[in-house]
Amino acid sequence: MTTRKLILETGEVFEGQAFGSDKGSDGEVVFTTGMTGYQETLSDPSFCGQIVTMTYPLIGNYGINRDDFETISPAIKGFVVHELAKTPSNFRNEGTVDDYFKMKDIPGIEGIDTRKLTRLIRNEGSVKGYLTATNEEVNVEEVIERLKSTTFPINQVEQVSTKSAYPSPGRGQRVVLMDFGMKHGILRELNNRDCDVVVVPYNTTVEEILAYKPDGIMLSNGPGDPLDVPEAIETVKNLIGKVPLFGICLGHQLFALASGAQTFKLKFGHRGANHPVKDLRTDRTELTSQNHGYAVDMDSLAATDLEVTHVALNDGTCEGLRHKTAPAFTVQYHPEASPGPEDPNHLFDEFIELMKNNTREEQQQHA
Amino acid sequence: MPKRQDIKSILVIGSGPIIIGQAAEFDYAGTQACLSLKEEGYRVILINSNPATIMTDTQIADKVYIEPISLEFVSRIIRKERPDAILPTLGGQTGLNMAIELHNSGILDEMNVEILGTKLDAINQAEDRDLFRNLMYELDVPTPESEIVHTVEEAEAFVKKIGYPIIVRPAFTLGGTGGGICENDQELHEIVTSGLKYSPVTQCLVEKSIAGYKEIEYEVMRDSKDNAIVVCNMENVDPVGIHTGDSIVVAPSQTLSDREYHMLRNVSLKIIRALGIEGGCNVQLALDPNSFNYYIIEVNPRVSRSSALASKATGYPIAKLAAKIAVGLTLDEMINPVTGKTYACFEPALDYIVAKIPRWPFDKFEGAKRNLGTQMKATGEVMAIGRNFEEAMLKAVRSLETGHKHIEMKHAEDLTDEWIKKRVTKAGDERLFFLGEALRRGVTIEEIHEWSKIDLFFLNKFKNIIDYETTLKENVRDVAVLRYAKKIGFADETIGKLWGMNESDVYDFRKENGIIPVYKMVDTCAAEFESETPYFYGTYGDENESIKTDRESVIVLGSGPIRIGQGVEFDYATVHSVWAIQEAGYEAIIVNSNPETVSTDFSISDKLYFEPLTIEDVMHIIDLEQPKGVVVQFGGQTAINLADQLEARGVKILGTSLDSIDLAESRDRFEAALHELDIPQPLGKTATNTEDAVKIAESIGYPVLVRPSYVLGGRAMQIVYSTEEIKHYMATAVEASPEKPVLIDRYLTGKEIEVDAICDGTNVCIPGIMEHIERAGVHSGDSIAVYPPQNLSQKHIDTLVDYTTRLALGLGIKGLMNIQYVISNDEVYVIEVNPRASRTVPFLSKITNIPMANVATKAILGTSIIDQGFPTGLAPIQEGVYVKVPVFSFAKLRRVDTTLGPEMKSTGEVMGKDCTLEKALYKGFVAAGTKIEDHGSVLMTVSDKDKAEATELAKRFVEIGYSILATPGTAKALEAAGISSTVVDKIGSNGPTLLDVIQNGDAQLIINTLTKGQQPARDGFRIRREAVENGIACLTSLDTADAILKVIESMTFTAMPMPKAKVEVNM
Repeated sequence: MTTRKLILETGEVFEGQAFGSDKGSDGEVVFTTGMTGYQETLSDPSFCGQIVTMTYPLIGNYGINRDDFETISPAIKGFVVHELAKTPSNFRNEGTVDDYFKMKDIPGIEGIDTRKLTRLIRNEGSVKGYLTATNEEVNVEEVIERLKSTTFPINQVEQVSTKSAYPSPGRGQRVVLMDFGMKHGILRELNNRDCDVVVVPYNTTVEEILAYKPDGIMLSNGPGDPLDVPEAIETVKNLIGKVPLFGICLGHQLFALASGAQTFKLKFGHRGANHPVKDLRTDRTELTSQNHGYAVDMDSLAATDLEVTHVALNDGTCEGLRHKTAPAFTVQYHPEASPGPEDPNHLFDEFIELMKNNTREEQQQHA
Repeated sequence: MPKRQDIKSILVIGSGPIIIGQAAEFDYAGTQACLSLKEEGYRVILINSNPATIMTDTQIADKVYIEPISLEFVSRIIRKERPDAILPTLGGQTGLNMAIELHNSGILDEMNVEILGTKLDAINQAEDRDLFRNLMYELDVPTPESEIVHTVEEAEAFVKKIGYPIIVRPAFTLGGTGGGICENDQELHEIVTSGLKYSPVTQCLVEKSIAGYKEIEYEVMRDSKDNAIVVCNMENVDPVGIHTGDSIVVAPSQTLSDREYHMLRNVSLKIIRALGIEGGCNVQLALDPNSFNYYIIEVNPRVSRSSALASKATGYPIAKLAAKIAVGLTLDEMINPVTGKTYACFEPALDYIVAKIPRWPFDKFEGAKRNLGTQMKATGEVMAIGRNFEEAMLKAVRSLETGHKHIEMKHAEDLTDEWIKKRVTKAGDERLFFLGEALRRGVTIEEIHEWSKIDLFFLNKFKNIIDYETTLKENVRDVAVLRYAKKIGFADETIGKLWGMNESDVYDFRKENGIIPVYKMVDTCAAEFESETPYFYGTYGDENESIKTDRESVIVLGSGPIRIGQGVEFDYATVHSVWAIQEAGYEAIIVNSNPETVSTDFSISDKLYFEPLTIEDVMHIIDLEQPKGVVVQFGGQTAINLADQLEARGVKILGTSLDSIDLAESRDRFEAALHELDIPQPLGKTATNTEDAVKIAESIGYPVLVRPSYVLGGRAMQIVYSTEEIKHYMATAVEASPEKPVLIDRYLTGKEIEVDAICDGTNVCIPGIMEHIERAGVHSGDSIAVYPPQNLSQKHIDTLVDYTTRLALGLGIKGLMNIQYVISNDEVYVIEVNPRASRTVPFLSKITNIPMANVATKAILGTSIIDQGFPTGLAPIQEGVYVKVPVFSFAKLRRVDTTLGPEMKSTGEVMGKDCTLEKALYKGFVAAGTKIEDHGSVLMTVSDKDKAEATELAKRFVEIGYSILATPGTAKALEAAGISSTVVDKIGSNGPTLLDVIQNGDAQLIINTLTKGQQPARDGFRIRREAVENGIACLTSLDTADAILKVIESMTFTAMPMPKAKVEVNM
């Protein structure tokens, strides 16, 4: 039996069995409550630097398949599950989670009381943790001390963003997609609508972006604190009003910051596939997929040109914004789903409409 | 949106008696709904014919009508109460069909009554096969190739196109009644014919069979703002082809990827939106295991059994919120009652796995076809929660109370490999156990998959369980192995068997090694938010969340799955006991395993443990909670059977002591006690082997009544007429042993009387005496009971009161007791004493206004009956006449003999109440679904011993204008008495026979009595089954026939000519 421990800075030690890579790993320990979609979750770049706990206890049931990755190289630091399926079953299954993690050299732990861990995170907030190497004998005290004094790298966006621009061609509107740690789902949704997409690195300049002559700009999701990518905030600031803009998750936060609002860290974040969000314009609520540790401060919006379009039904935090004059809107949640409900998928259509209308207006102005 | 102010009063339609396919879940849903509407300030009027429910308690609604759910009576109530609206979506299929009938009759328009929840056209669209199919085409949702047929010929034409197998689904029927899978012409003919009969619109859907697909269900909700959510999705372990009510089900789905999950979620939401349902809805889908292809199977536009399961599986109270949605509230403005902090507009996240296993009645119906198909046969179900599949499944298995503690069956070694293969391939009630045996014999999961089409994921899990038996066997007393075995749900008893230890030694060994379960909360949100809901399940993990409070607590054991003999009545008593405990100032903790019931609604008790009712699982809770004691007398035989083991482990049994229970149930001690009390009982003795049994029977003289001790609902109880028969009985029906002796009594014919009483140790309160219509020999649960007795002399009443009082005190009863008496030759005999709550507790409580379970619980806790303000002795007799009429589910169970006898067969009951016996009976019969025609034909075929009595009945039938059809023997007897009848040939004759008469609907009523013995091959059996298949009342007791006749007589006027003048008149 190969054992492995998860040691938290708060002092708790969880002992379980190791899977995946044999190496040890540090990370911020978070949990997500989605019951399906572990493959999308473990490959979601927004989890960069984090050790992800699945609250659903049976993970890996339908294996790993070719299609459902949200990125090519997962960015998570570790995976915590209650029970990992040894013999998955699904017609698309091509291997186990364990095999996949071995291949990607990511450590995982199973067989621990994940509900206890979840309750701990809920009460304490997100905590730093260390997943030991396989069968590693460690001095727990020392690890805790080390964790307490460690500051994790804040360049997650840099880590997961594409290093160079690339096209994902289509015959429709040209969209420049700023990749802060983009989930493939966003690209998929744009391509499904025949957009001609150019994916660019997070630090691409305004001039470079505008040189692609985009009909619209998509700000992707991404990991970490939005304040850690000041250059992107600056870029977004200069894009607002020039081209129609749609932001998701980190992209939403960057848009808010670029417009003069503030962001703050949530106690333990919103991570799961069952988050109700109310659309203030229609007064209807949709179930959304969410994965964020930071949120836009509602009070800070008063001084901006932004208006709130969506709020989280449960804690009232900001879930969507629209610029009062410029063609720009953003949401905190994931309309591309994968994993999670597809209720807000229509936002992509709204973005397409926004681009169309904008082009029409421009043409009228020129006429 | 705020709730509607334009409506003030709402009529809620209940689901009527418990039948297969419509059980306790509608008491749960209805109770929640009524309370929820009251909470919003509406005046709630309830109609339900089922007295054994919490929802018909007068505190649940402002006005409670226990009346037949028929057009006649519901219309009358509408005229009287003038409600602004009716809510039919919480009363199952009965409620929906009633709404349609009311609408069609025009009364809703006339009285300006609005239908809340789901609109009528949506009901029609979902229920009418043709309209539904068209809607699915419009929505671009695939349905299996199908055709609507109105005749067998049309079905044959469809088969010519598509080929076999095909599935037949009758329109507007409940639980797939009359439907099934056809693989050949004969089955097609049979099933389509019966399906068309059962469909109120003579319509069936015949469709291409997609058996083998994954069967997935979504429980969805929608409000008037068009917010729509999925509360829970569920995956059937048994693939498509078996009714979901008869399938082993897990929640959430286990083998679906996110894409599959959301593809089906999107479809489900699309459908509920298209139908415009405001409330809850159940969507059943079939998913190809090898592609993204799927089909929609069915939609139930109402709260259902599945939604009750989903509510208990997630904690999310669907019915409660559906009722609020019906009055205009929306999901985004209602608080999730579980967390108390978040909103109801969200989708529960589970962090455990739920397993449901149906409970079938085949232990009682040995001759029944045990195959499972599209027609539901289960009477109830159990649910278990675990943190892994194996744990949930094994907990569910031991919750079943079928004697299984593990996936293991008795005498498995005698089974041939072929037989096992057959029983795994063709699903039946024991498939899970045959599957376990196949694995044990080394059959690969791939082979089993070939046979059963069960997904490899599940088969792997089952294999893990079976494989671990070997690990255990090879590692006796290994702590690490034990730890894992407990983690995957093994019972101590199973481990003990493998280790050569007894169950309690394993328990102690475990405790010594610190291997004890923790309790986790069901909180709808996977611990994301703090919740206060006291709803727990046990598992082996690190952190225990169930914290013992400072308050002194009392644990009440529930009654487990609904089965014949132990129905919703026991849940009723359990819930009342919980309330009484709370009123007495204690913390009330309940343990139960049945997801359908009110008792497992987390808002009923202070703490709910959803756990199996086995000694091991209950002891864990007791160890943690350290209660003042445990109440066992309300949970039927389930709880009573745990009493001795609990006491052996030092647990205080509150109420009637174990010794007193034993005194009432151990035959020899009981006999001695009666002797001492000088109360007569029919001559009888106990036997522990065949030899003794024969000797005893011969000394008493035939006929004798034989039954095992310690059983409920008369299981394996028979009247035996000869030595031959008793030998057969001992060999086949029971396993007699010194621990489990067989009782042999003289069979006395006479009037049967049932009495319930409450005793506080000093005082005895007798709420009422009930007289049975059927003479002794028919199980009390299957008899029509009448309150107050109509034919008892004061002398007998005094004797009954005297005996009951002395028995209660003499046996040391503390709490409830139930006594069956027979009056034979003017003498009162005691047949049996049950030292616990009985089936008649809710019936009598409602009539007499003495909340018996409540009073009994408080008496148990130390407040005397007098201090509680209730009378001692026989309570004052209430005005009016009340009858309890049993309801059967024979239509769902092929090959079950419908004849009444000492073994209970009914699944539910209704109450009829009015000012005369005849009127009460009329209501009772109507509510029970018996059609009563004031003219027509009665078909009589009776045994020789009954001919004289039957002749008298025939005379009365003739007098009210009925014509008589009779078999040659019966006709001859009638002829001799001067009654003319049309002779109908016996089965097998050349001309038109009995069967033709029945099939053609020529008889409105059939009276058939049994010659003797139990030989189902005979004509009588065919007649009775044919009657069921054709929906004609077949009375097997002349007493019931007499009762119906009284009713018809009271409805009609006689047609008698004027008497001939005695004196000649000169004209």
